[in-house]
Amino acid sequence: MTALARTARNILDDVWRTLKLMARNKVGFIGFLGLIGFILLTFVGPSLVPLAAESHMTDIYKPPSAQHILGTDFQGRDIWAQIVHGGKDVLIVAFLTGIISTTIAVTLGSLSAVLAGFFDSFIMWITDIWLTIPNFPVLAVLAVFVKLTNVWALAFILSLLSWPTLTRAVRAQVLSLKQRDYVEAARALDLGTRHIIFSEILPNMMSYIAISLVFSMTSAIYAQVALVFLGLVPFASNNWGVMLSLAWTRGAIFYKDSLLYIMAPVTAIALFQLTLVWMTRSLEEVFNPRLRTSV
Amino acid sequence: MSAVTQPSASSGLPLPIPVLLRRIASNFVLRRLVRALITIWIVITLTFFIIRLMPSNPVDIFIQEQMSLYGMTYDDARAQASALFSIRMDRPVFNQYLDYLGNLTHGDLGKSFKSFGTPVSSMVAKFLPWTLFSVGLSLLISFTLGMALGMIMAYRRESLLDHILSTIGSVLSSVPNYLVAMVLLVFLGVQWKLLPLAQMRGSMTPGIQPGFTLEFLGDILFHAAMPVTTYVLTTVGGWMLTMKSSTITTLEEDYVTVARARGLPDSRIMTAYVGRNAMLPLFTQLAISVGFIVGGSVLIEAIFVYQGVGKMLIDSINQRDYPVMQAVFLIITIAVILANFLADFLYSRLDPRVRTTGGGEA
Repeated sequence: MTALARTARNILDDVWRTLKLMARNKVGFIGFLGLIGFILLTFVGPSLVPLAAESHMTDIYKPPSAQHILGTDFQGRDIWAQIVHGGKDVLIVAFLTGIISTTIAVTLGSLSAVLAGFFDSFIMWITDIWLTIPNFPVLAVLAVFVKLTNVWALAFILSLLSWPTLTRAVRAQVLSLKQRDYVEAARALDLGTRHIIFSEILPNMMSYIAISLVFSMTSAIYAQVALVFLGLVPFASNNWGVMLSLAWTRGAIFYKDSLLYIMAPVTAIALFQLTLVWMTRSLEEVFNPRLRTSV
Repeated sequence: MSAVTQPSASSGLPLPIPVLLRRIASNFVLRRLVRALITIWIVITLTFFIIRLMPSNPVDIFIQEQMSLYGMTYDDARAQASALFSIRMDRPVFNQYLDYLGNLTHGDLGKSFKSFGTPVSSMVAKFLPWTLFSVGLSLLISFTLGMALGMIMAYRRESLLDHILSTIGSVLSSVPNYLVAMVLLVFLGVQWKLLPLAQMRGSMTPGIQPGFTLEFLGDILFHAAMPVTTYVLTTVGGWMLTMKSSTITTLEEDYVTVARARGLPDSRIMTAYVGRNAMLPLFTQLAISVGFIVGGSVLIEAIFVYQGVGKMLIDSINQRDYPVMQAVFLIITIAVILANFLADFLYSRLDPRVRTTGGGEA
């Protein structure tokens, strides 16, 4: 067996073990499969399902058929195709926000717990103040002054709003882990700060960090779709928020036939949120070092 | 004997313990009050910074618009802007800032661009009560309902009811509230036509006389019903699940076991021993929840066309009515900060441990 084949085998083993851990929690596993489904839908789907941009005035609000599985919208365009093409912005902004805010939170939170003293009180004071200011109005007002036209700008602003909750959580977690027996033992054995942080504390926090990441993703989805829906973020392309906004203003409250047009983005967004929340249950099992070694 | 009933008598401290406790308690509250005031000051300063000092700030935009659209001179346009924002533009920026702070303490929030010259404070006075009413009512319902259901779930752990409620709770609390609002409106109003949605818009039927009459109360409840239902549906799950886990932990506490051993009736244990202690973690969540609901009211009020400050904020943003926008933003934020302070205060009253340890540090 060559070395390459061996590493490939190791990776496969790892993946298999992770999947087995995932499957320990049924709801979590469904969430995980759902997430894979959404990723495939939004990143692979567009190359399979063509998006028709032109309108067909004869096909307005058609019920589902073999040609249009979710029917058509107020301009006779296929709804399913819009769903497939509309998830990209939402997913990318969510992932970016999750990663940026988790990075800030893990850095500040663990520094706060380790350094203690003035730095700690200062950071906690800022998070305290930041947490009492209602997020969405801040975002709505900021959107007027800051051009949030690309996903990076939007993700950055959303991260600015979600880091305090995570920072506090990470700090609390580090504080409690610092006093565990195995950390004390490592310290008594003089294993070094780096070993303590990377081999003792971080692995035990991974599940926590992963779950926080997912929750900051869900709040990013909440906020960005809302901003697009209110017309505060000018996304020209297809996007679930844009669909929602159009469906709302162009038909949902007047025409009975428009039910699928509004329900399609509603269901997509709600399902994606649920998928993420459910997946957190499996993440707990996957990142738990005790389970990891025993399976 | 005296040591048991009067610990302070034997401890020989210079201060009697009740006095000391009260001081620490007032300290906790005082600390939170100072924090609330500082937060308000920071928000005001940030708002001033945004409207006055940002590269494309509304005051400059307004002055330029007046000059290019109506051919005003710079001085005239500046005078116009000064009047609308209640800021004297000819003074140095720092003095403008001090003026701005001074105006706010007098309740002078500037004047609206669009409904020309209307003081913003009178607009806020018209819209704010409706948001306070609908959000307050929802919190009350959701908090009480969540607490009751959470306790039932904890007492009947692993029962069918527990599983059903847990699932519903986790699903509802993970779906964004504006989606729930839309679904309610689309199905109840448009698809099944169960509710006369056009009549339910607004915060009250025009022409009805405000007062403590059944007709008026019925009318405002009728108009608030949809927003309140949405808020309750999307928040009750969180309360329920927190209450459940909190009750389960409390049930294992020694003092509950002791109370059982003493043969106290179950109903008394449930209310005075378990309930009272289990609801404490909910109060810390109350603060976050208030901010979230008030923040969400921006969306919910826009969807149901409910005339509160949330809708006022969105309208002013869409019309670029900056004085109204900054005022409403300040009002919403200050309301949330004060609500937070209230939650802290309630918490300190309810939890004796906070008084002694200064608690709440997690």
